[in-house]
Order: sequence, then C-alpha cells, then structure tokens
Amino acid sequence: MHDRLGARPLVLLALATTMTVGACATASSTGEVAINGAAPMSESAQATLADREQTADQQVQHVLNRLAFGPRPQDVEAVRQLGVDAWMARQLAPERIDNDATEAMLRNYRTLDYTADRLLAEFPPPNVALAAAARRSNGPVSAEDSIALRKQARQAAQALGELASSRVARAVVSERQLEEVMVEFWTNHFNVFVGKNLVRYYLHDFDRTVRQHAMGDFRALLGAVAKSPAMLTYLDNWQSVADSGRPTLQQLPPRASARRAQALRRAAAQRGVTPQQMERVQQLQQRRRGLNENYARELMELHTLGVDGGYTQQDVVEVARALTGWTLERGAQGGGFVFRPQTHDAGAKTILGVKFPAGRGLEEGEAVLDLLARHPKTAEFIATKLARRFVSDSPPPALVARAASTFRRTNGDIRETVRTIVTSAEFFSADAYRAKVKSPFELVVSTLRAMQAPADATARSAQLVARLGQPIYGHQAPNGYPDTGEAWMNTGAILNRINFGITVAADRVPGVRLARWPAYDSLRSLDRAAQVDGVIRTLLGGATSNETREVLMSGTNPLLTRRGGMAADGQPSPAGLAQIVGLALGAPEFQRR
Amino acid sequence: MHRRVFLKGGALSLLTLGLSPSFLRRTALAMDLPRAARGKTLIVLFQRGAADALNVLVPFGDRDYYAARPQLAIGSPARPNGALGAIDLDGFLGLHPSLTGFKTLWDRGLLAPIQAVGSPSATRSHFDAQDYMETGTPDRKGTPDGWLNRYLAVKGTCESCAPGTDGIAGSPFRAVAMAAQTPRILEGASPVVAMNAIEEFSIRTNSGDAQQRLEALYRTGRSDVVHGSGRDMFEALKVLKAANPLQYRPANGAQYPRSPFGQRLQQIAQLIKAGVGLEVAFADVGGWDTHVNQGAAQGQLANRLRDFSDSVTSLVADLGDRMDDVLILTCSEFGRTVRQNGTGGTDHGHAGAMFVIGGSVHGRKVHGTWPGLAREQLYEGRDLALTTDFRAVFAEVTARHLGLTDTSAVFPGYRGGNGGSGGDGWLGVLR
Repeated sequence: MHDRLGARPLVLLALATTMTVGACATASSTGEVAINGAAPMSESAQATLADREQTADQQVQHVLNRLAFGPRPQDVEAVRQLGVDAWMARQLAPERIDNDATEAMLRNYRTLDYTADRLLAEFPPPNVALAAAARRSNGPVSAEDSIALRKQARQAAQALGELASSRVARAVVSERQLEEVMVEFWTNHFNVFVGKNLVRYYLHDFDRTVRQHAMGDFRALLGAVAKSPAMLTYLDNWQSVADSGRPTLQQLPPRASARRAQALRRAAAQRGVTPQQMERVQQLQQRRRGLNENYARELMELHTLGVDGGYTQQDVVEVARALTGWTLERGAQGGGFVFRPQTHDAGAKTILGVKFPAGRGLEEGEAVLDLLARHPKTAEFIATKLARRFVSDSPPPALVARAASTFRRTNGDIRETVRTIVTSAEFFSADAYRAKVKSPFELVVSTLRAMQAPADATARSAQLVARLGQPIYGHQAPNGYPDTGEAWMNTGAILNRINFGITVAADRVPGVRLARWPAYDSLRSLDRAAQVDGVIRTLLGGATSNETREVLMSGTNPLLTRRGGMAADGQPSPAGLAQIVGLALGAPEFQRR
Repeated sequence: MHRRVFLKGGALSLLTLGLSPSFLRRTALAMDLPRAARGKTLIVLFQRGAADALNVLVPFGDRDYYAARPQLAIGSPARPNGALGAIDLDGFLGLHPSLTGFKTLWDRGLLAPIQAVGSPSATRSHFDAQDYMETGTPDRKGTPDGWLNRYLAVKGTCESCAPGTDGIAGSPFRAVAMAAQTPRILEGASPVVAMNAIEEFSIRTNSGDAQQRLEALYRTGRSDVVHGSGRDMFEALKVLKAANPLQYRPANGAQYPRSPFGQRLQQIAQLIKAGVGLEVAFADVGGWDTHVNQGAAQGQLANRLRDFSDSVTSLVADLGDRMDDVLILTCSEFGRTVRQNGTGGTDHGHAGAMFVIGGSVHGRKVHGTWPGLAREQLYEGRDLALTTDFRAVFAEVTARHLGLTDTSAVFPGYRGGNGGSGGDGWLGVLR
C-alpha cells in the first residue's frame, strides 16, 4: 500500500507531461480517455475499483459528500445499488436526470424568472421610490408616504431575497446535485456582491447565466459573465470608457450632441446662469471619466490566469482598453449588455505579447477572452480550484496537472475537467476522505438533506447560512469565499455550528421535524446503544471514532432525565434521541465532508 | 477582585483537567500587572451611510457655509434669542449641538477631532468608499482583507512574549466585531469573533449535561483545525462565564442609551473590563445617508448624533481610568455635498470628519487643515476638499497606540505617514 502511494505521483506526472506535449488523446463516450502509445487509462491515471484506497462504504459517502451536498437518508442505499461509478456518470450528465419535482418546487417562488427590468419596475430601489414620493409631495415626504415607502422596501427585499432562498432550496432537493455544486462553485468563482449599486436586481439573471454554463464550456461561461449586468456593475466595467485624447471607434452621433446642448440650456435657465457657466459647473461635477481597470484586473487575477499568471500592469491597462464600450444600455439605470463604439478605445493594443490591431470593436474584447480562456495558466488555475473543491485543500499537484491537461485538450470543457478529477485515484485516496471542512452553505444544506427536510420556501434557510458566516451573494471582495478549512474554522464559527446542530435537533429549523426524519420511527423505541449506532450510521456515515461514540453513549440516561422523561407508555423517549442527534450534528465529524 | 480570584481558580481547575488554557493563564497574570504594562485596545466605530461632516464639525466661521445651506446650516455659537447653535471649539469650528457629551470630552482633553479627512478616492459610491476605508487601500479593489485584520496578522500571536508586553495575543477575544457578520475591516487570516451580543456567545441548550458532552466531543480525537477551534471555543466560554456579562453594571454612573449602538458599546466595555484580551473591537451604526429632511440643530441628523454622542460618552465614562489604554476611532466613508439639495438633505460628497478619543490623544485641538468652502476651493466644484488622508490617522493609531513599528504591511502603498505636523512625522493626533 505504502509503496504504491509513493510511486503513484511519479507515474502520473509522467503521464501529464506526455499529454501536454500533445499525445493524441481521444475521449470515448463514457468519458474514459485512451491515449495512443501510452498505457490504457484504467491502469494509470484513472482509478480502477481495486486502486481505490477508500472502502466501498467510504466511496459511497465520499461521492455523496463531494458530488452532492451530502446524503439524504435514502441516498446511500441508492448509490450502493446503482454503483458509485454509474452514479457519478449520471451526475456528470445532469441534462438526462429527471428534475421535475425540483422544477415544480421552484414555481413556489414568484420572481425567479423575472428579468432585471421587471424587478426594477415592480420593486424600485428605495431612493428611486423616495424621489418619486418627494416629487409627488413637492417637498418633504409625508408621514403616510414614509410608511408606504417602508412597506415597499420590505416587499422589495423579500422579492429580491427569493433568489438566495431558492439557491438553498435547490441544493437541498435537486436531483442534479453535481450541477448544483458547480453552480455554487462558479457563483463563488465569479463573485458579485448584492450590496453594490443595482447588483441585487441583476442576480436573478446572473444565476440563470451561471446555471446555463455551469457544466459546459468555460469560454462561453466567461463571455456570458463578462456581459452580465451583474458583473459589469460589480466590477465597474460599464463605466469604463476610452481615456480622453484616445481615438474612439465612432464619434458621438450629431443628434445626441444636440440633445445634450439642449439639456444644458434648460439647466442653465433654471439656475439663472449662462450655458457656458453651467457647462463649467457640470464639468467640475462630473467625475473624471475614463478607463476603469477594475474588471480587467480581476478578469485575469481571479477569473482566468490567477494572481501568478504572469501578466503585467500594462496588460491590465491594455485589457481594460480592449473592453471599453462593454456597458449597459441605460448605464447606472440598468438595461442589458450593449457595445458602444463611441466609448471604445480604437487604438492598437498588445496583450500578453499578442498584438491587437487598431480599429476593432466588440470582436476585440471577444478575442481577448479567447486568449485568456485558452491560456495554459488559466487551465492550471481552474484545475487547481476545482481540485481544491473536490479533493482537498492542498490538492496533489499531479492531479492538478492532469485536470489542467484535460481542460486544455478539451478547450475548457468543464464537465470533462471535473470528470478527470472525480474519477482519479487521488479523489478516492484515504487522505481525501473527510478532508474538507464544510462551508456554512454546505453545512446547512447537508443538514437539511440528512434530516430529509423539504425545500424551504421562506428566507430562513438562507438566513441560517448567512448567520453562520456565508451570506449568499454577500461577499464584498471579488475573490469570493475561501475554500479551505482554516478559513472557515475559528472560535466563533464552531460555536455557531454547534448551536445550529442543537437548533436542528430541537425542531427549530424550518422544515426539520425530528418526527419526520425517516430513521426516527425505527430508532425511537430502541435502547440507547442502538439509538447511538443508528444516528452514527445515518448522520455520520457509519464510521466514527470510539471517543465520539462514547460521548454519544454517555451522559444522562434519557429514561431518567426530567424533560426527556419517560414517555407515557414507558418507552425510551424521543428527547433522548433528539439529544443524540443534536450532539451528532454538532460533532467534529459532521463539520467535515 | 472577585473576578480575579475566579479566573485564577478557573485556570487552575482547567489545568487539572489536562487542558492547555494558555490564554487563560496569561489573562489571569495580566490582571496583576501594573496598569502601564496592560494591553492596549482600539475601538473602531463606523458611521455607515456617509455622515454629514459639515453639520458634525461645524465651520461656523466660514461664510460660505451659511450661503450654501440656507435651511440646514447650524447657527454660530453666539446665537441671539436662545436658538441652538454650534458648540464652539476653537473659534472657527464647533460641534453640532447634539454633541454635548463630546464637548465634555474636549474639555477634559480626551477628544481629538480631525477636519477635512477621508479617502483620496474620487468615488461617491457607499459600497466602494466603505470598501476602501475598511481595506485601507483607496482605489484598489480586490484587497482580500481589512486593515484591522492585517494589523492583527502582522503583529501575530506572540505566544512566547511576556504577558502584558504584547497584549494577550492568543485570546479568542483578541478581535471582536459587535455585528452579525465579520465586517470587511476585520476580514482576513487572523481569527475574529463576530457577535450581536455577548449572550449570543453561548451554547444554546439548557438540557443538563449537553454542553459538557459537546465539549468532550472536541476534547478527544484528532488535533486538527476543527477540534482545535472547538477546544478554543469552550475555553473562551469559560472566560466569558467568569466575566459574568449578564450581571454587568456600568461604572461611574454611565447610562448607555437603550439603542442597539449604545448596547453594543456597553458590551465592548464589558469585554474590556472582563480582561479577556480584547485588542481590537468594532461596531457600526447606520442611518447617516440623509438625502431627505436632514434637519439642522434638531431633526433626523440631530437625533442620530445624540445617540452617537451619548453612547460614546457613556463608554468613556464607564471605562474610567482604562481610557489611558483605550482609543476610540470614529469614521464614515465620505462627507456630503456642501450645498443642501432640493429635498432638505445633502448628497454624496468627499472629505469628512473623524474623532479620536482617549487618554493619549493630543486634545483641545482640531487636527488637520481647513480647505475652505469657496467654489474654487471645493473638490470637483461641489464638495469639501480633502486635506488629510484617512490612512494618516489609521497608521498613526496603529503605530503609536497599538505599537506596531512598521505599518507598511498594514497600509500597502501608503507613504504619507511621515508628512504630518507632529514633529516625528505623524499627524500628531496622539501625544
């Protein structure tokens, strides 16, 4: 066993090298890869059943914790029946999984299919509503208006919050679990923040965008995100225009100039100054407009190449110039993506050593995205993040190299890159088992799944995730939430998690009723030892340390405690079982996946 | 006195259980040290929404102020017919009449106001400006951590240091945000506790031995990050229990407002007095985005300011002599337009005002310089111009109060730290 462990990375590294130099590789329909001239995949990179260090039971738990948000009570048996590999293959083809029940559940939400325009019209931002009220009353806002405005703001918050709630609900009940995992992954990779400007109105659309491409083509995903109102707003690209003095692709049309002059005359007349004076004031008041590098920088640092991707500050400027004119139809007021030649920097550019000739328009930005998406550093960066999500905080370099190779070979096929990772020997290694600390989102969702909770149509499940430290769409910085155990574990976090487990076992979490937990009926009347074993089996994946078992066994005899006193019929009480469940959910084992 | 005995006893009994209550031990020891050697604490208070600096620190000596705000301006201190005017500080600038508590602090030499201070960034977006102020990196998006957390990380947890010389760096309560979630300013690698209230920091079960059994789950088994955090947490619970926060009585007759902000400040005082090793505390308060019906000497902003002043003043009173080791820093993302707008309010502006409060400030002086309010003196023709970069204040506080010798890792790219009037290169807010 140890010998094999030592030798394996070398073999894999060698293989990765062959692939990067272009060995002819073909993907078969099952996703297995055969390489001409090299050993068959089943004996090298791809793990055969015999290669896997994890026991059969562990593998079942492992795939349910990594390709899904943890097992529901019936899942373990279902995966065992179908076989681990067949189940994974099925998850890798979500379009073929019947998900009608989830679609039906989603119809409980009113606004999920709303466009941003419709959301803005029906739930205007507070300042817009306030301005409208002020116009109506021609001065200060009346008390009645204030009350109405507050009510309106509440309704808006509720409607806009539906999306975050639906994200939790989907993760809990969707049969397409891997797709949901990938939606979570990409949403975090392309992080946007709900609190910036109008982003909250664009999130419904953003979720549809991410979802459409989550298992698809990376370049398509990158392009769709680049043009999404959420990202254009969050990273400011909508207001990035050619610096003054630079030639633009097209001059302002004469009619727009005329309109602008007319507006200036009107404003000047209102204030009793000359149009020249007014123009001067407006110039002073206008923010210095020009190039905004924000999106260009994060596009390379966080979305594609990675921080060590070898780009320079000059590359950031040149990419920003190439993306000038990628904006929103109505600017700060929203609207969909539009390319404005009048603000597009028409000069020549050099990006990562590649020359872009002068005079190109929208297609120039597309070519930049092509360049970035196909860059080997991007393959490496995305492969590293995926391996970190699926395998461990410090994924084995050989595995990352193979995943990056798949990414390059398939021109950024996300599904195939994930397949390379989750079918690897490293994925099924003993080291990888329970190596990941659950994020708050994963903790809440896996708990709800373990307890067989139905989808929660209220905002409360999403609030639980937020309270545990991971508000959905609530990460301000563009880097997204961390994906390492160190980042999620600290004094406050563990306390909140333990309390969450207690709350669940006390029936105080929406949708969770201990009495509706499938194991409840079979366990409630058993003795303590049998209850503990049952809870360990269903909630902690069957195997746990002797110490944990001892602690679950110890403590007050539920037959004798006051609150959980003997039930009327003299049988062991449900309160005792509730306590075991609460302890198990608060145990260190349940914090891992 | 009682508390000290309890803490020592608590630490001892933990030792007998075979735990390693290193921070507890140091906590108990630190209580015996002379006051001069005690750890320093910094409390940062954020006024979210952009407080109207011109009506907080009122330039009653500037004629342009009154021209720009016919309805909103605060009258000069010598008002006829008894109307509420500004509280004179230096003959030119004064405090809003709601800030009577701050005037007391000024008279005692505990208050250092800073004028025309803020972010050099041109942004008028709340989001961006708060982000810049909390990361300490204006115009740089994507800074992953907040500046307070970078301070904590740079200073490190000095396990081998003598107690008192380096605070109680291993304490789980070294950095506390009185907030539901960790705010941007405290995000980062160094551990932080975020809580709405101290009583939230407890195990929510009243069923007999559940807490002991939970603790046992984390005591046994592996020594990984999950178990380690769990063990630290149960130790922290014991510290808080010893501090007995639910029985708290403020000292020196301090009466905190019942507002959420006042209550949060009271809890910060509790943590400081409990000796849990609090080095950095944070709280924020909203409601400053006064676009409509702002009011003048009375009204919306006046009410906000009264709560703000009363809360901070109570905290200072409650902490008493401890204010020698405690510094309070107030900030807001930017100021507001010089001119009042059409709906009785003000819009997003540029430079603002800050207050530094504590026993070590250079008091009875308004710091910074006044840029003037004539049109050509305004920033972009409309806002109070900036004369002091907020990083000058943050860096001085980090260096001279918290004792970090090199602040360059906390404020990357900032080189203005040595341009002030303090002789030694600082702004001179601290003595």
